[in-house]
Amino acid sequence: MQPKQNRIDIRWIVRMAWRDSRRNRSRLFLFISSIIIGIAALVAIYSFGDNLEKDIDNQAATLIGADVVLRSNRELEEEGQQIVDSLIGLSQSHSEEKSFVSMVMFANNGGTRLVQVRALDGDFPYYGQLETVPVSAGTTFRKGQHALVDKTLMLQFDAKEGDSVKVGEVLFEIAGVLERAPGQSGISTAVAPAIFIPLEYLPATGLNQKGSRIDYNYYFNLKPTVDADDLTTGLDSLLEVHRINYDTIASRKRETGRSFSDLNKFLSLVGFVALLLGCIGVSSAIHIYIKEKLNSIAILRCLGASSRQAFLIYLIQVLGVGFVGSVVGALLGTLIQQLLPMVFRDFVPVTISSDISWAAIVQGIGLGVWIAVLFALLPLVGIRNIAPLNTLRLSLDAPSPIKDKWSWVVYGLIALFVFSYAYLQLDGVWQTLAFTFGVGLAFAILYAAASLLVWLVKRFFPISWNYLWRQGLSNLFRPNNQTTILVVAIGLGTLFIATLFFVQGMLITRVSLSASENQPNMVLFDIQSSQKTAVAELVSAQGLPVLDEVPIVTVQLEAINGITAADARQDSTIDVSRRALGGELRVTYRDELSDSEKITSGKWVGSVAKGDTALVSLEEGYARRIRAEVGDRLVFNVQGVRIPTVVGSLREVDWNRVQTNFRLIFPLGVIDNAPQFHVLMTRVPDEGVSARMQQAMVRQFPNVSIIDLGLILSILDEILDRIGFVIRFMGGFSILTGFVVLVASVMISKYQRIKESVLLRTMGASRRQILAITALEYFFLGLIAAFTGVLLALGGSWALAAFSFEIPFTPDLIMMVLLIIGITVLTILVGLINSRGITSRPPLEILRKEV
Amino acid sequence: MASILSVKDVGKTYQSAGKSLMVLQQIDFEVDEASTVSIVGPSGSGKTTLLGLCAGLDRTSTGNIVLNGIQLDNLTEDERAWVRNQYVGFIFQNFQLLPTLTALENVMVPLELRGERNSKAIALALLDKVGLADRGHHYPLQLSGGEQQRVSIARAFSNAPKILFADEPTGNLDADTSENIEKLLFDLNTDAGTTLVLVTHDLELASKTQRIIRMKGGTVISDTMVQDKES
Repeated sequence: MQPKQNRIDIRWIVRMAWRDSRRNRSRLFLFISSIIIGIAALVAIYSFGDNLEKDIDNQAATLIGADVVLRSNRELEEEGQQIVDSLIGLSQSHSEEKSFVSMVMFANNGGTRLVQVRALDGDFPYYGQLETVPVSAGTTFRKGQHALVDKTLMLQFDAKEGDSVKVGEVLFEIAGVLERAPGQSGISTAVAPAIFIPLEYLPATGLNQKGSRIDYNYYFNLKPTVDADDLTTGLDSLLEVHRINYDTIASRKRETGRSFSDLNKFLSLVGFVALLLGCIGVSSAIHIYIKEKLNSIAILRCLGASSRQAFLIYLIQVLGVGFVGSVVGALLGTLIQQLLPMVFRDFVPVTISSDISWAAIVQGIGLGVWIAVLFALLPLVGIRNIAPLNTLRLSLDAPSPIKDKWSWVVYGLIALFVFSYAYLQLDGVWQTLAFTFGVGLAFAILYAAASLLVWLVKRFFPISWNYLWRQGLSNLFRPNNQTTILVVAIGLGTLFIATLFFVQGMLITRVSLSASENQPNMVLFDIQSSQKTAVAELVSAQGLPVLDEVPIVTVQLEAINGITAADARQDSTIDVSRRALGGELRVTYRDELSDSEKITSGKWVGSVAKGDTALVSLEEGYARRIRAEVGDRLVFNVQGVRIPTVVGSLREVDWNRVQTNFRLIFPLGVIDNAPQFHVLMTRVPDEGVSARMQQAMVRQFPNVSIIDLGLILSILDEILDRIGFVIRFMGGFSILTGFVVLVASVMISKYQRIKESVLLRTMGASRRQILAITALEYFFLGLIAAFTGVLLALGGSWALAAFSFEIPFTPDLIMMVLLIIGITVLTILVGLINSRGITSRPPLEILRKEV
Repeated sequence: MASILSVKDVGKTYQSAGKSLMVLQQIDFEVDEASTVSIVGPSGSGKTTLLGLCAGLDRTSTGNIVLNGIQLDNLTEDERAWVRNQYVGFIFQNFQLLPTLTALENVMVPLELRGERNSKAIALALLDKVGLADRGHHYPLQLSGGEQQRVSIARAFSNAPKILFADEPTGNLDADTSENIEKLLFDLNTDAGTTLVLVTHDLELASKTQRIIRMKGGTVISDTMVQDKES
């Protein structure tokens, strides 16, 4: 008779999977619990993304408040004005706004602050509204000498409706509090909060003088028959010629959608890392589970079950718990998603809804089941090799997974999956490769650290130490040890937390350093030439030093090597930066370089003789962007006068210093007499002096704007705090997953260790001795994991500091030590709490119940 | 009488820590259908290994084994699993019941693997035969050693095997229970006309079989019929 293979009866397989899982369901759920947090994170993020996309769609019109917006950073010339006029003809109504930064002073307490003044006429916004308290203030402020003041300003200066605020020379009555304006998110107005005033009062303020940096915005509410996008597409090249930017509802929707899709992808990647970490936990737990099931599998094989049948029984169990775990994760994620609008409120310009996203839930559950199965496959493929002989005796030569080709297929699938998922989030092969490689490297290093620990303990085993130490140490390498998984899980968690702390610390330190001792911490700008001496005198009169005084001239780049913007438009094959041509630059002139500048090529010539061509110096990055090199000819338009120059040198500039730095510098003798304004820098010792100085300045020179670095620092601190909260919130998923994996791994190892702990108890070991052995084991595990995690975090934060933030790498040593101690102690605590059950009950009771 | 099991020049070598360990060499014997054979010998003589090879739980290193006309050494592991499910029954010293299945479910497994439709009825009848009709819903941990071995015997007979292999079936039981189990095993075996091959230390148990194969150091040192011995 020819032997056959058993028919696969899937109903029987499912029934056996159910039967076999009977006494293990809670444990199986514990194994799978590691992925719950990751799935919750992803479902929350996917749902948030879905809602955001829908909200941007629904609220796109309120993002710009009009059908079309034209923007220019200089006063329109005649042709530009004609375009505006033609659009007025196609509109039901229109509004004009001039906006600029300026100092204002609150009359009630003399408080001063740099703000964004938005001088508005017309009925803007046409979609959405200026959200104000009282609601009517959004309309009434336009009808008199009234202002709408941002709520943060009102709070800061304890101002109330009806108080006065001085903008330039004019005192405005505060009509109401501005809660939100179209397109503005909380964080976008942090540095210069907005104050709306009626446009008709702008001339009286005296702030729109020549040279003032004013943005001109024109809002149009088009007639129903006019399509905004068709209209702007038709005008596109004309608008470009006149350097007028435009926005329509559709373009803003695209732009906003793109920005937040990037945010969503980044967040998904963070959630994915949490999920990956959980998967390692799943893989390790299933590995141990299958080890425990070895005898049952051998019996089944003995009774005639094929390797496929045995494999499918456990695969179905994993599928089942993976599904349950994913559903729990999805439910948790849907709950967490209700919190996300609060977390991201300050960053998003639309009101975010928190509707349940079924697509996100299905996606999350699908991903959860798939990833649980994928990672469980590693131990599951080993089932095929479990010989029925194990029923008689443990197999002498268990096949190594390294030699099993299916193990390699699974490893390949995992790598492919990680790569594909990352690719979908990052959209770039190199970035994806870097991410996949980075994740792989972190895992590999932690794995190597665990192996090194085991090797070191074996190699240098301290035979002479007392029994408790020896037992604790040998637990690290004895069969069924959890060394690798715990080191990887705790190490990755540490890596996350430590990187977060290091980077945040370095950013704050960097900014604080800028504010240290001899550096300027107050910048006064928009000083007219006629005011220069008087402003310097006023600063000195306050007992403050004038640390630097720099003239600033606005120039326009007209041609590079004879090629103008018009030439570039006509011939698209010309290799020139179209964006640079016609662009405005704020430059200075001087005869020597500052100590934050270094010539990298060419030669700096500080002055030019009358009639000679000026040799200008370009900052390296700017030169790269406009594709200019030393020797290239640049023509500038300075207030109508054409000035030919040659690039004489390129400079490296340290932009991190608090001082005026420029992309382009003229030597003395070229633009010295051009219309200009001035910047002055000083150092104020404390907030009180700063406030007095600002008040005096605003009273005497209302057009002069002041940046107080102290204020910027506190705002930056606040922004970093808010960003930090978001990062901590997202990183929290990974940390929590690490913690769940830690608890699950420790609990799994508890099952492994119960027998020997009970034996020790039977032989008379005291509760303290068993706890000491456990504490020592987890001490070593926690220490090596935390130490390796911190080392990896140092590497990661160095890379971020050097390549991303371009700041000096200054790790916080105290934080490093605290993290290592904290995480080690936490690991010991989790280990001890889990072992409590073993030590507090009689040995026989535990054996009967647990084994 | 036809041979159900043929063992020809069988040897088994294990690789352990880079060294070869020869546990069986040049084993030759045949077992007739419906006969009873015991394999006896001291610990480490290779009797359990031989049982495992005869039952198709492992492959031989040399020689070949033919069970019910099927040469086992040419088969894949899954094909040997099918052979076990169709023709072989097992009884183990430590019972080897699946701990998460009830007694009834343990007996049903081989039948379900064969795709038997009325597996529950057959299993219930077998449990009744071994005197455990009322314990079918109990888990192995809730049964005594003797009861567990009864379930194991019921399971071994559930697929109506041609040959039954028993590895120290009473090794873990007290004297009284052992006697009951032995009786049950031989009675069922006689009723079903199954071939029985058992491995034991217990010479008294061995003497109840028709033939005794003695082993030492991985080889057969004697092969005697019990009647011959008695005569």
